[in-house]
Order: sequence, then structure tokens, then C-alpha cells
Amino acid sequence: MKDLKSQASRSTTPGKGGLTPEIQSRIGHQLRAMYDDVVRQGVPDRFAELIKKLDAPGATPHVENEGGSNDNTNGRD
Amino acid sequence: MPLTDSLRNDILAAVPSLRAFAISLSGNADRADDLVQETLLRALANIDSFQPGSNLPAWLFTILRNLFRSDYRKRRREVEDAEGNYAKTLKTQPSQNAHLEFEEFRTALDKLPQDQREALILVGASGFSYEDAASICGCAVGTIKSRVNRARSKLAALLYVDGAEDFGPDETVRAVIGGSGG
Repeated sequence: MKDLKSQASRSTTPGKGGLTPEIQSRIGHQLRAMYDDVVRQGVPDRFAELIKKLDAPGATPHVENEGGSNDNTNGRD
Repeated sequence: MPLTDSLRNDILAAVPSLRAFAISLSGNADRADDLVQETLLRALANIDSFQPGSNLPAWLFTILRNLFRSDYRKRRREVEDAEGNYAKTLKTQPSQNAHLEFEEFRTALDKLPQDQREALILVGASGFSYEDAASICGCAVGTIKSRVNRARSKLAALLYVDGAEDFGPDETVRAVIGGSGG
């Protein structure tokens, strides 16, 4: 009974949480548009370099924040 | 597992969606990139604890989400800054109308409680399953489902309530808008 009813009036009655399917899909669409806009920007150089650097043999996962001072634990040469 | 080439590539491939997640959470592009950087450093430092074959994006998202959470407790978000900064991250300038709609959406999203916002983003935008989203947020699957539902209802109430004649009993709407604690 319940199923029949919800099928018949699917597009006009609110679904779970008081939402029509139309509104649900509108929200989903806007959410993804916002998100995908950033995804499409790809990988900024900053991060590509960071990962590359850390991958170098002997590299330790300790990197200064950009613009940070150079006082690493290394002694000076 | 050790940092192999393929693992490094997988991490790199996850960066765009990590950024999108970070911006959606923080509403601030600069802060988001700092979060991503910290996430990557932490992930690489703890790469040994990553289980080969398990869900790498979910693992990275968990790190980012936890970083954001601990950071959030320390300093409140600068909401006024958020919109302007976010707009700067957009490469394509949306048309006036679309832009307005976008701003409205962004503002409404910012009004959601943090739990609901992150659940909605993970499921509705990042495309994680309820199960993965639950593990990222460290809660039960049912909790995620109810957060996502509440987030959608609240967004609908904030954005589309005049257009939504079939919205259901007034009580529902009012409860949603009022965010009643009961």
C-alpha cells in the first residue's frame, strides 16, 4: 500500500525529510557544481612539488612551511 | 606500506578532491590549502600505517577532517572572509544570476551545523558511500544518514521554501528552520 502510494505521487509528495525529489536533485546539483569547480582546478604546483620532494630517496617527511625559516635540524655545512 | 610510485600517484590524484572538501568545510581557500598541505605531510609521515588495498581517499579525508576539527576548536571561522575568498578560487566566472544563486547556496551551506555539513559534502559531493562517510567521521552509518537528511531539509528550507508548495506539513518546515533541539 505504502509503496503504491509513494510511486504514484513520487514527483509531488515530499520524500524522506520533507523533500520533493526535485528539490533533492537541485541541492545535489548545486553541491556538486560548487565542489567540482575546485576539483577541476587540478593539482596546484605547490602540492605536486611537495609530494615529489618527499619521494626523493633519503628524504624525510619534514618540510618547512613555505616562507618558513631554514633552521632545520641539519647542522650547517 | 612504503611510499611507492603508484601510491604517490594515488595521493596526488586525491589532491583535487581533498582541496574541494577542505574549501567546502572551511569556506576559505587559503586556509583550505594549508589544511591540504598539513594533511599530505601527515599522511606521508604516517604512510606506514596505511593498509595497502584499503580506501586511500577515505584515509586522506579522515586525516583532513580530523585536522580541520582540531583546528576549528582553536579558532573560529572568519565568516565574513569566507565568501570573498571562496569566489577568488573560481576559475570560471559564473554569470550574474548563477553567481547569485551560488552565493546563496554557499551562505546556506555555512549555516548548517558542522556535523551535517560535512556529512552532506562527503555523501552528496565527494561521492562516498554512507559507510565510508561514517568511517571518515567516526560515527554510525545511521547517524550519517540522518545528518545528510537533516542537512538537505535545512538547505531546502533556507533556499527553496517559497517554491516548495509540496513541502509537507508546516510543522516539519518550522522544526527544520527553527532547528529545534527536540
